[in-house]
Amino acid sequence: MSSAPWEVVIGMEIHVQPTTRSKMFCGCAIGELGDPPNSNVCEICLGMPGTLPVINKAAVEACLKTALALHCEIPRHTKFDRKNYMYPDLPKGYQISQYDLPLSKNGILELDGRRVRIRRVHLEEDTGKLIHAGDKLYRALESFVDLNRAGTPLMEIVSEPDLRSADEARDYAVALRTLLRTIGASEAEMEKGQLRAEPNISIRRAGSEELGVKTELKNINSFRALHRAILYEVVRQTELLESGGAVVQETRGWSEAEGRTFSQRSKEFAEDYRYFPEPDLPPLEIDPVWIAELRLALPELPGARRGRLTSDYGLPGADALLIAADRDLADLFDGAVAAGADAKHVANWIIGEVAPTGKIPTAEHLADLVKHVTSGSITRDQAREVLMESVETGRAPSDIVTEHGYSQLSDEAAVMAEVEAVMEANPRAVEDYRAGKKQAIGALMADLKKRAPQANKKVAMEILVRLLG
Amino acid sequence: MSESANLTELTIKETARLLRLRSFSAAELVTAHVEQIERVDNRVKAFLRFTPELWEKQAEEADRRISRGDLGPLVGIPMAVKDVLCVRGVETTAGSRILSGFKPPYTGTAVSRLFAAGAVMLGVTNCDEFAMGSSTENSAYHPTHNPWDLDRVPGGSSGGSAAAVAAGEAMIALGTDTGGSIRQPAALCGVVGMKPTYGRVSRYGLIAFASSLDQIGPFTRSVEDAAIVLDAMAGHDPLDATSSTRQNDVLRDFDAGVKGMRLGVPREYYDVEGIEPAVKAAIDAAIKSLRDAGAEIVDVTLPHTDYGLAAYYIIAPAECSSNLARFDGVRYGFNQDGQNITESCERTRRKGFGTEVRRRVMLGTYALSSGYYDAYYLKAQKVRTLIKRDFDAAFEKCDAIISATSPTVAFPIGAKTQDPLSMYLCDVLTLGGNLAGLPGISLPCGMTDEVLPVGLQVLAPQWREDVGLRVARAYEVASGVKAGVAPLV
Repeated sequence: MSSAPWEVVIGMEIHVQPTTRSKMFCGCAIGELGDPPNSNVCEICLGMPGTLPVINKAAVEACLKTALALHCEIPRHTKFDRKNYMYPDLPKGYQISQYDLPLSKNGILELDGRRVRIRRVHLEEDTGKLIHAGDKLYRALESFVDLNRAGTPLMEIVSEPDLRSADEARDYAVALRTLLRTIGASEAEMEKGQLRAEPNISIRRAGSEELGVKTELKNINSFRALHRAILYEVVRQTELLESGGAVVQETRGWSEAEGRTFSQRSKEFAEDYRYFPEPDLPPLEIDPVWIAELRLALPELPGARRGRLTSDYGLPGADALLIAADRDLADLFDGAVAAGADAKHVANWIIGEVAPTGKIPTAEHLADLVKHVTSGSITRDQAREVLMESVETGRAPSDIVTEHGYSQLSDEAAVMAEVEAVMEANPRAVEDYRAGKKQAIGALMADLKKRAPQANKKVAMEILVRLLG
Repeated sequence: MSESANLTELTIKETARLLRLRSFSAAELVTAHVEQIERVDNRVKAFLRFTPELWEKQAEEADRRISRGDLGPLVGIPMAVKDVLCVRGVETTAGSRILSGFKPPYTGTAVSRLFAAGAVMLGVTNCDEFAMGSSTENSAYHPTHNPWDLDRVPGGSSGGSAAAVAAGEAMIALGTDTGGSIRQPAALCGVVGMKPTYGRVSRYGLIAFASSLDQIGPFTRSVEDAAIVLDAMAGHDPLDATSSTRQNDVLRDFDAGVKGMRLGVPREYYDVEGIEPAVKAAIDAAIKSLRDAGAEIVDVTLPHTDYGLAAYYIIAPAECSSNLARFDGVRYGFNQDGQNITESCERTRRKGFGTEVRRRVMLGTYALSSGYYDAYYLKAQKVRTLIKRDFDAAFEKCDAIISATSPTVAFPIGAKTQDPLSMYLCDVLTLGGNLAGLPGISLPCGMTDEVLPVGLQVLAPQWREDVGLRVARAYEVASGVKAGVAPLV
């Protein structure tokens, strides 16, 4: 009896906090993670009797930009709805969200040539936070409510079940973050809770059209955890089905410490949210002129940029991806190339030196530095030091080079004199090399670097090999 | 004593003139009202709480303004505020145990605007719990008595505010109207009560019953006073997204009369089931009086009236079930402890809410539940649209609609408490105005033989408070019927 292999089906619900100064429905500032509890609150986000919500235009704008970047349809009419459920972190006893008329729908995110369909992008408000005294919830004697986060705007981005592996799901989330950062809609830092991914996972036999029973995963705090959690859940479901069991439709939590998912809430106990139109907010009419303005103001999106870096400059795919994925790096690249530096060298310096440190020079300074390197007027080691100093002091690389008297000795006769001096000072190493211990050349090069750091190493190596041979 | 009795029977207009003539001070005016409260409120029980710290400060400020020559009509005017309007630092409970001890950290927009205009707050008035009721008997604290017959109800839900004005305890009072909660008690207490167009007055600070229906409005002793108070409260508020920027000058053509105006009498309202003969007779006389004043009386029809009550009792409970979800005992008000949060919340709500509130929360929860939403809530919204269209069609044939406000006069305390449906029928002539968002006024149109007031309702098209007030004013002038203060001997 042979069955078709299992196929993994994943849809993603991603909550993103758009970049705004104030909350979704009141004037409270968006606080920082370490703020004292209940310090960024007012009568509105506390849900005091008699208060009313007013829509934050900046949040709508961020959501519209996101929708445009995801090629969504934006209907003229949209509205907010109440999602009713009671929990102490939800001050009004309902969350203002969007139900049947979201701000946008039917979009696409390009992922390595694949198109992941976006079902909808809508706006809602975040809840507060409960803090339980004690190590376990059921043993907690006291619980505290912190409503700093309550009323913070959230965009919910829902994909169709188009993802087929944990890798794809992670790549989707990363690509979405890149997109959001590029268009300035969100900082999308997972560690700060600005991006929260909830994958819906099911498996089915390849070739089947029907979807299997799905589980939804929560408590995922990093891209790595997203990947691990899905891998675990796929194995769990596969083993369950292959041993004759059945997957239960439920919400499961990911435990980072234990490396497994656990049941949180099954569908039998699922709430009836009793959605109905929010009577405190009139329906929203989106002005097409506003949409057009936002569309025109969108920067080049990462997918397009990556393609351009490959086709216009011949950068390898991986390099283009790395640079295009970060708006700051991509702008640095374009700027340095525009300032006349060689594209491939610029890319190498960005990937090798700038990206790992996160210290970003100006495009002019990077171009200046790369020109020194390509002309051979300073060594790579010197160039690294110049870059560091330039980023720290903000001074131009050329000035630093001049001040330190950095230069590179490339003239063959001059380098030969240095090499001869090194050989003279290390007769033992010379002997060893000639006796067949080829690694002895390392000691000679190291001494050369000490005696004559400005010597062009490529040239020196050639001479050394020739003289030793 | 007789002089102070006089001060408590004045209108805003009369008072403003006398304050400027320095016939008495704002402080003396407040004292006269406080004395009247001391004399009658143990019988009327219009108030839940008093605010001496506010009235002392505000009366003092009013006298300073008057001495500076401030001519604002509301400077120094003694006001009572329904227990659903938040005032900073003043216990506000919506007539419910669940909010006992709750002192809002902010003042709502309508009250703020009246404070800024110089009104002096005397205290907080009784009402049906969360404004749900038509007799003020659903208050968690005590019933209020009708000043014209202490054995009868003042109507509701804003019964305390209506009774306070009728008993001379306050010159003006604020109420809220979701299905008739200003107009019906105004009718039963023989004062003027007005519900503005939905969106005319900011709801910020109004403890919500049904958000799409609630409006704040005034109780006064004359139509002109209602216009003055409305004028001070009305207008867009950045804190209420449903408040409108539309302008309407209610005072400009206020006295222009009804000559040449067409007034519609909807047959469904005129012949409403259960209308008392004495009420009908008073309305007939009012129609005649308006016709004599030059109005053309036309028959109009509101064919979906019969469905209005049913739609209202789906929509209002649905919204209230959501609006009242926040009362969980966690952050403010009454709390009952439990083994865990769910039990604590359940106990808090079971003990904190009264019977009628629990009934409506359950009705509304049911109506919004999955599988029932389409059959109830959605259907009710469609009926609401049909009712709006009824009014649109009627207003093509007339400038304003007139009817009785309530099919009955004030009924004895306890008469309807065991029969919720008969209580719901009190609003049958008023709730259409809420469903359609129209401005409506109730004003006195005479007394029955038992000396119980009858109210005439004037409904105007959306945003045309000026039209409604003009018709009401014309009737007031033509009939000579005035809102009087009950004798309470």
